[in-house]
Amino acid sequence: MNKWFQPIQMAHLVLAHFKEVRRQPAVIFWGIIFPILISLGLGLAFTRQAEVERQVAVIADETKAETHEARSRIEVLLQAHGSPASETQAGMPQYKVTIEDEALGRTRFVFIDTDWRHAIKLLKQGSISLILKETDQGLKYHFDPLNPEAQLAYLKLSKLLSGQDTPPSSISSGVEPLTVEGARYIDFLIPGLISMGVMMSCMWGISYGMIEKRSKKMLRRMVATPMRKSHFLMALMVVRIVMNFIEAGILFLFAALVFDISIQGSLFALFVIFVAGNIAFGGIAILTCSHTANTEVGNGLINAVVLPMSVLSGIFFSYHNFPDWSLPVIEKLPLTVLADGIRRIFIQGAGVAETAVPAMILLAVGICFFSAGLRVFKWH
Amino acid sequence: MHPVVEVADVYKSFRTVQAVCGVSFSIEKGRSTALLGPNGAGKTTLVEMIEGIQAPDKGEIRILGKNWKSHADELHRAIGLSLQETRFIDKLTVYETLRLFASFYDLDKSRVEESLDLVELSGKRNAYTVNLSGGQRQRLALGLSLINRPQVLLLDEPTTGLDPNARREIWSILLELRARSQTSLVLTTHYMEEAEKLCDYIMIMDQGRVIKEGRLDDLLAGEDEKKVIEFTLAGDRAHDSNGWADVLKDAPFHIQWNPQTLRGSLVVSDMESEIPQFFSFLQNQQLRLRDMECRRKTLDDLFTSMTGRRLIE
Repeated sequence: MNKWFQPIQMAHLVLAHFKEVRRQPAVIFWGIIFPILISLGLGLAFTRQAEVERQVAVIADETKAETHEARSRIEVLLQAHGSPASETQAGMPQYKVTIEDEALGRTRFVFIDTDWRHAIKLLKQGSISLILKETDQGLKYHFDPLNPEAQLAYLKLSKLLSGQDTPPSSISSGVEPLTVEGARYIDFLIPGLISMGVMMSCMWGISYGMIEKRSKKMLRRMVATPMRKSHFLMALMVVRIVMNFIEAGILFLFAALVFDISIQGSLFALFVIFVAGNIAFGGIAILTCSHTANTEVGNGLINAVVLPMSVLSGIFFSYHNFPDWSLPVIEKLPLTVLADGIRRIFIQGAGVAETAVPAMILLAVGICFFSAGLRVFKWH
Repeated sequence: MHPVVEVADVYKSFRTVQAVCGVSFSIEKGRSTALLGPNGAGKTTLVEMIEGIQAPDKGEIRILGKNWKSHADELHRAIGLSLQETRFIDKLTVYETLRLFASFYDLDKSRVEESLDLVELSGKRNAYTVNLSGGQRQRLALGLSLINRPQVLLLDEPTTGLDPNARREIWSILLELRARSQTSLVLTTHYMEEAEKLCDYIMIMDQGRVIKEGRLDDLLAGEDEKKVIEFTLAGDRAHDSNGWADVLKDAPFHIQWNPQTLRGSLVVSDMESEIPQFFSFLQNQQLRLRDMECRRKTLDDLFTSMTGRRLIE
């Protein structure tokens, strides 16, 4: 009767939690379909090379407007490769030049013939990022050097207009695009989405469910029986881990079919770090929901945990763009550790040796938070 | 042999509220005891301390001679309880909920079936708990509390908020249980009919204390011959309540007048002589009755006479 582990009780608790989860249609949507939609949306947006259009303002040197010589380069270019645009903006003549490039995709430059004042207005509106001005000394480029889009437009255009008789189609003859497996955006994104799925599922599935049970006095009723509290919590974690395996598996399968993603490293290492990640977030979830019986407070607490990590941990874009001083902190966030670990296995072909440390960290986080949570846990 | 429940000088307070102050009693095996009192009397706090959900600040509680501190698992197996308000796991069926609780007591499916029959929920076995009516939900709570064949059954306001039919269904299940088993019952309620119907011992609580206790007959002993007359007056509303109150003040017997409900009551010991006196008083004052009832004294009257308030306000 006093056995530490009671298999029948545990089995029924697991079964009950499973049924509870499975019978909520929202779980299927948020757990399975939503991550797939995100991966599809972001994957298509950032992976396929669609035609890029860049608008450039052109300001003629009025003092030499009449001479043929001064407008030569742009004129020559436009005459050779451009076509008058079908529409004109605010009465300004426009010309289009499309650079065909197999490696970099198509870039179409739309040149808007305008004056300085209007060009600045367009820049402020964000319609253009580059202003081309003709002067005595030749062409001048005006742009914000901190804006990567402007930089790119400058690089492409300056090469085009540098006076070489280079046909636009061959400007990137020296460029080798990186389309090798693991280097695409989608390869970066999928491990991030899997990690975030683990965090979200644990935090909302465990924390919110528990707070709701407490507010309905269900917890109070259950602990007034000989039910083992540890079994109740373990059953919750088991159900979460299994659900997360299913959700991550479906997301991976989808990404493999649609984006041809593959796992380059050790499957065993992936299993270990995935379970460790689940334990980490399971523990964090238990601590988060340890006290409150108010679902609104619970909502806030859960968001306070998941929002900063979703933003900082480099799920959608690399966290290396954050200021240097913040990196040591960001790198230690559980979601960063998990996402980096899974990425290393997916992309860099890492094995158990390389991911042992992050897995241990996650495990330790889980155990610490779990025991702290249990210590202060309010069952009534 | 130990009493089933022993409560000795128990105190419990929450911040500034003294919920239970110095309550002591003991309950013998097979006895049904009601804790009767208005909202806020401390009934729930007291019963939750017996259930082991809350610990007393002072005093001692023993169940079957054992305390919660060192015998929690054993006591959890010996008692059954239903909380004042429980909601279950929404998307589990009635059967699954009972099955889950059965597993906590190492009981098998056959006991689940018995419990379903006992609380008359066999027809709802596959319904999600979220779709149950108030009465069905309370019956499920009762089924869960009985699943382990408890020696002590603690029910906290088992019929509050239920319609009369649903309330009678719960009562008949409990009466059946009383007739067939030796389970000791402790129930809290603010319905005096419930206490009278289900329990042979009644403790009236108010402001954290037991103000009167005993068998129903003992509590109302000496009051049997007394009857209560309640009446309302007919007449122009312009004849305002204060006017009535003034007139009634001069009656040759004590009339309690409620200006809010425009209802009066008086206690008579000898109906044959006092009721004609009451009528002639009304006639002399040219007052006309709208309605009148004459009934025996109840626990509610007893409570009112002790506290000046009613059980259900």
